[in-house]
Amino acid sequence: MKYKAKEPFRFYTRLHLSELTGLRAATLGQLLKLIKEAPDSCIYHHTHRFLQQYQYLSCEPPNDFVYWVNEILGERGLGEKLLNIDTIQYSSISELREKIASTIEEHLRKNPLAVFKFSRNQEEFHFIKSISFIIPTDYLVYDLDGFKEILRKVTLDSVYFHVFEARLRLGEKTNDFSNWIDSSLGQKELADRISKLNPYTYTLEELRSKIISLVEENDILSI
Amino acid sequence: MTGIEEYIPIVGEPVVEDLKLLSRKLKGKVIQNINSTAVGGGVAEILTRMVPLLNALGIDARWDVIKGGERFFEVTKKIHNALHGRYEEINRYDLDVFRETSRRNIEDMDICGDIVFVHDPQPIALIAKKTDNKWLWRCHVDVSNSYKGVWNFLRNYIVDYDSAVFSAPGFSRKLPIRQFLISPSIDPLSDKNKELPQETIDSVLDKYGVPRDKPIITQISRFDRLKDPVGVIEAYLQVRKTCDCRLILAGGLAEDDPEGVEVFNEVKRKAKGSKDIHILLLPQSDIDVNALQRASSIIIQKSIREGFGLTVAEALWKAKPVVASNVGGISLQIKHKYSGLLCHSIKEAGLALRQFLENPDYAKKLGENGREHIRNNFLVTRHIRDYMLLFLSLYHNDSLVYL
Repeated sequence: MKYKAKEPFRFYTRLHLSELTGLRAATLGQLLKLIKEAPDSCIYHHTHRFLQQYQYLSCEPPNDFVYWVNEILGERGLGEKLLNIDTIQYSSISELREKIASTIEEHLRKNPLAVFKFSRNQEEFHFIKSISFIIPTDYLVYDLDGFKEILRKVTLDSVYFHVFEARLRLGEKTNDFSNWIDSSLGQKELADRISKLNPYTYTLEELRSKIISLVEENDILSI
Repeated sequence: MTGIEEYIPIVGEPVVEDLKLLSRKLKGKVIQNINSTAVGGGVAEILTRMVPLLNALGIDARWDVIKGGERFFEVTKKIHNALHGRYEEINRYDLDVFRETSRRNIEDMDICGDIVFVHDPQPIALIAKKTDNKWLWRCHVDVSNSYKGVWNFLRNYIVDYDSAVFSAPGFSRKLPIRQFLISPSIDPLSDKNKELPQETIDSVLDKYGVPRDKPIITQISRFDRLKDPVGVIEAYLQVRKTCDCRLILAGGLAEDDPEGVEVFNEVKRKAKGSKDIHILLLPQSDIDVNALQRASSIIIQKSIREGFGLTVAEALWKAKPVVASNVGGISLQIKHKYSGLLCHSIKEAGLALRQFLENPDYAKKLGENGREHIRNNFLVTRHIRDYMLLFLSLYHNDSLVYL
C-alpha cells in the first residue's frame, strides 16, 4: 500500500565555510583549556567535519582531536580513549565537549608527564569554526517512492544535514527522515529503524544506501 | 573556455546543482575582484579561471587591475618577501612610493562592486574607497613568519576590511575582523591535471631520456633550497640500498631567485655518478609536468617551507602515493597514513618511500584515497563554492545561516 504524506518532505542542503578563530594549542594543557572555552561551532567542526571531508574512506580517519593527539603528540593511550567516545550518545555539543574535556583531564591526572609534550612548529592544533549555510533544494517529495528517488540524487551534504546536523546541532530528537516518515507518513516502524542506525559507523555514501535499503525492505513487507 | 557543466563527469551533477542553487542567492550582486596583474603569477591564474566560471553561474563577477610602475612593484616585491619572513630593507622612501601609487589608484579606480574582493598586498590601500559596500582582503601569502614592521604597516589597512581570507590555518594572524579559511584548488580539466594518453606520457619520458625499467620517484619543484632537492637525493640514496628505483628531480628556475642556478649546480654535483638520478630543467610545460607525475610510482615533496604546496594535490589527483613534509598547507592535503605519508626528516622520508615501494597495495590504496580527498576538497568546484559562501557570509554574522 502506498502512503501519501500529509506534508511533503523538502530536501535541504548544508554547505560549510571554515572561520579561523586564531586559537591554537601546542600542548595537551592548551588543548584542554581551549576545548573548554571554544564556541560550540568549533567543537562541532572538529568532531564532525571529517565525516564530510573523508566521506569516501571506508575506514575513516578519526576526528581532529584524536588525530592530533595520536599523530602529533604521540599520546596513543589518550587517542584511544577519545576515539572510544560514542558521539551518538550525546544529544548536544555541550555534553560532547564535557566528555572530551573530562577524558583529557583524567589522562593528564594519571599521566602527569604528558603535559610536557609539545607539537612541532607548524603542527599546532588550530581551532576552526564551522559556519553552516542551510539552503532548501528544489526537491520536494510526497511518498516513499519519491523519497528514495531523490535520496539517490542529492549531494552527500544533504544526507549529512538531515541526519547529523539536524540531530546534534539543531537539537532535534531524531533525524529529519525518521521525523517525516513517522509524522507525515505514519510509518512509525520504518522511522524507528532509520532512527536506530548509528550514522557514525557508516560513510555518508554507505548511510545513503542503508536508508534506501531500509525503505525498500519496508516496501516488500507492506505488499 | 571551460563551462561549469564540464565538471559534472568529475564531481557529479548534484555538486554542480548546489553551485547553481548558491549562485541564485547572489543574484544582483556585483563582485569586483582587484589585483595587481592580469597575467603571470598565481593570483592572475586563479582569477582567469574563477571569474568566467562565476559568470557561467550567472554571477556578475568582474576583474580590475591596479596600475603600478617599476618602482612600485620593486617595493611590493620587498613587502612580499618580508611577509614570507625574508629580511628586506624597506625604508621610508619605499613606503612613500607605495602610498603615492596607491593614492593615484584610489583616484583612478572605479569601484562598482557590492562586494570588493582585493587580492594580496599591492592593492590593499584601495580600502580608502570603502562606502556602504562590503570589502574582502584575500591573502594568498603565508604571513605566519612575516616581519613585524611590514605586517603592522599592512594591518593598518586590513582592519578596515569586513573580512580577511587565508589559505591555511597557520597562515592567519590575530585580527579584529572575521577571518576565513579557503584553500586553493586545482583544475582537473587543465593541461597540468587532465587525463593523458599513454603515448603522450611515453613521449615525454623519451624526450627527457628516462627509461621505464624500474619504479620512478619524482619531485616536481623549482630548484630552491626551501624545496630541499639535496635532501630528496639523500633520502633516495638511502632507499636505493635496498630498492631498485629511479629518481627524477624536475623543475624550473625562478627568474627572481638568483640562488636558483647555484642550487641547480649543487643538485647536479650531488647526483653525479648515479645514472638513475635524472635532474631535469623543465621549460614552462604543464603537459610535461602532468606526464612526469603520471609516469611516477611515487611523488615526493620534501619542502622545508611551502606556500600551500599544490603539487601535492596534483599528484594525489593522479592517484599517486605521496611522501611529503608536514609544512604549510600540506597537512590539509595529506592525512598521515590515510591519504599519504608525512615526514619530518630525510630519514623519515626514506622510510616512507621504502614503505611504499615494498608495499605496492598499501601505496595504491593511499593514492586512491588521496584522489578522492582531492575530488572532495581541492578541486576548483569546491573553491567556487567557498567563494560564494564567503560572499554570503558578509551579510550574516551567525554560525548557522538559513538562506
